[in-house]
Amino acid sequence: MLTSILALVALAAAFGLLLGYAAVRFKVESDPILDKVDAILPQTQCGQCGFPGCRPYAEAIANGEADINRCPPGGETVILALADLLGVDPKPLDAEVGEERPRTVAVIDEQLCIGCTLCIQACPVDAILGAAKQMHTVIAKECTGCALCVEPCPVDCIAMVPLPAEPASWKWPFPSTDAGATTTTTEAQPS
Amino acid sequence: MSGNRTLWRFHGGLHLEGHKALSTGQPIRTAATPPQLVLPLQQHIGLPAKPLVAVGERVLKGQLLAHPEGHVSAAIHASSSGTVVAIEERAVPHPSGLTAPCIVIDTDGTDEWCALTPHPDYKLLDHGELRNLIRDAGIVGLGGAGFPSFIKLNPGGRTAIETLILNGAECEPYISCDDMLMRERPQEVVKGARIMRHALQARYCLIGIEDNKPEAAAALRRALDEMGEREIEVVLVPTRYPTGGERQLIKVLTGKEVPSQGLPLDVGVVCHNVTTAAAVHRAVERGEPLISRIVTITGQGARQPQNIETRIGTPIDWLLEQAGGTQGRYRLLMGGPMMGFALHDTRLPTIKTSNCLLLASEAELPPPAPAMPCIRCGECARVCPAQLLPQQLYWHSRAKEFDKVQDYSLFDCIECGCCAYVCPSRLPLVQFYRYAKTEIWSQERERQAADLARERHAFREFRKEREKAEKAARHKAKAQAVQQDGNEETKKAAIQAAMERAKAKRENAEVAPKNTDNLTPEQQRKVDEIEARRADTRAAEGDRQPAVEGANHARPGTEDT
Repeated sequence: MLTSILALVALAAAFGLLLGYAAVRFKVESDPILDKVDAILPQTQCGQCGFPGCRPYAEAIANGEADINRCPPGGETVILALADLLGVDPKPLDAEVGEERPRTVAVIDEQLCIGCTLCIQACPVDAILGAAKQMHTVIAKECTGCALCVEPCPVDCIAMVPLPAEPASWKWPFPSTDAGATTTTTEAQPS
Repeated sequence: MSGNRTLWRFHGGLHLEGHKALSTGQPIRTAATPPQLVLPLQQHIGLPAKPLVAVGERVLKGQLLAHPEGHVSAAIHASSSGTVVAIEERAVPHPSGLTAPCIVIDTDGTDEWCALTPHPDYKLLDHGELRNLIRDAGIVGLGGAGFPSFIKLNPGGRTAIETLILNGAECEPYISCDDMLMRERPQEVVKGARIMRHALQARYCLIGIEDNKPEAAAALRRALDEMGEREIEVVLVPTRYPTGGERQLIKVLTGKEVPSQGLPLDVGVVCHNVTTAAAVHRAVERGEPLISRIVTITGQGARQPQNIETRIGTPIDWLLEQAGGTQGRYRLLMGGPMMGFALHDTRLPTIKTSNCLLLASEAELPPPAPAMPCIRCGECARVCPAQLLPQQLYWHSRAKEFDKVQDYSLFDCIECGCCAYVCPSRLPLVQFYRYAKTEIWSQERERQAADLARERHAFREFRKEREKAEKAARHKAKAQAVQQDGNEETKKAAIQAAMERAKAKRENAEVAPKNTDNLTPEQQRKVDEIEARRADTRAAEGDRQPAVEGANHARPGTEDT
């Protein structure tokens, strides 16, 4: 009787120590779900979801405080991925936050720019280059198309333009299986 | 050096009608210089080249026009002499039908070469020098892929290269440019093969040719005999589409399987096209960069089907006129009927990878019948040369399940079209795979952009925090400085000092009128005179004429009037 109690106590102590050690040794600093959610979001930092950036929105989703359908730049793809990750039903994009649009890039009309630096302060990813009373320009490669710079510009010299279509980033369209759709080629119009 | 070599068989494949005799009847002709050349900056896999010339500049034939940008890229050279008239967006031969930056040259008709530096004895050069020569000559895989060739001429670092394979299979119907090159210029192929073998330090060198091209094989064997070359072997392989696929030819000739997602290098093999070999010979031993290639013009829409040596950048409509014109209704394809793509415009330029222009009549390439639902017959899996499951790929692509489609090795698909060819439901299978591939690449690009944005946003947040902290620290330091000398005495002293400073400032601020100080005696005399006069006048006024509005003239002597 006593032996078994002692054995169990010893075992409990040993495992308790082991678990306690493991909790310290393998401590996870941040919430793994949070990182996964953050990885899915498109990182435009546009704030259309009502949170001041993608990470705060990811935190709200991870804590169950926000819905998964509040990211217009991510659109359907992000909603599906989040639904898959969190094991909830996908739902259409919340109309309140906007609608899914093709990606754009900000372009500054350099003739009109007065060098006020307001757009530089607004840009969430530091993609605008310039200094006070110097012309500003957008680093197109780093622009997320969030449009946060458009509002503060006092001379309305920033336009959001769609990304230019180029062969390198061109995508094959979803094939049509109707009559007349071709298997290997599309119709040419020889002159 | 003949015949009894053991050959292997790759999975699947098809027997297709060749239609090659259509274009092999005449010897290779050379097209004249077109009035205008359009040279896209990207004619290869990788990054576009960077232009080195300016609009208005005169360029010579063979002159470097654009420099390779980054590691995977290729140089672009002028295919004839003339003047650069534009560097602008032009429509390029690409399935998208989009425009891309091009260098446009108005030719001057003199076709004047720039200075060339031939290296007659390639054996004096080490592999690094050879690689650089081939890179600077702008040579890319001329079988159709357009991968910069110099990258594939590295002697293996991890694994030594055992076999160099020259691909002369040319398995796709209608195309015959490699065939005609091997028949008419076998020496060039052999010389190129020697250089490549030297660069790679490969032990064996095989030239694989499908057995429907006996003339090409015979010509190459004759050339090997004449040149006394015993180390290169011509091997006839059974005609079966797609034997010309790199992995398939490697399997047939060596029995080795290139691993999924791997490279031929992983099994000690490097594979180049025979036309690429000829271009390497020209680049090294004659110093000529890649400025022309043989293009097959064929199909019932061509009046005189033939192979024609064409300057890169020649407009297609001009080339078709050179080659005897067109007839009837046809669809224009770049490449063959299985893997080629339709061109939307005949004014597009020919580029380095333009091996064939197929002018297919309706009888040759009938418009496809409507697609029916998949009946799961499994024919597609039986013919797939990459041993994939085309049906699964189809379902998952269709459902946009892009991770599942990758689990079924979508990227091992070579888009040969065998599955779509045998599909009894006539499903556009390859279109689905292409759709899925470009979607996956696009998602990957978006993911990279998101990572960059995340990183930059995080840094911005960090920077804002840091600036805030620095500002707070400055304020604190200042407040502390005031606090430290906070006892009564020093406070009083400080106040005293401040008051004195203010007083000194005030005194300094009382600017003495400059016109009354430091006067010269002459000036002083004048001032005195004026003052005296004024005194006199006042005295006189006081006597005679009392001023009514005296209150306004608050002067002594006028008050008591």
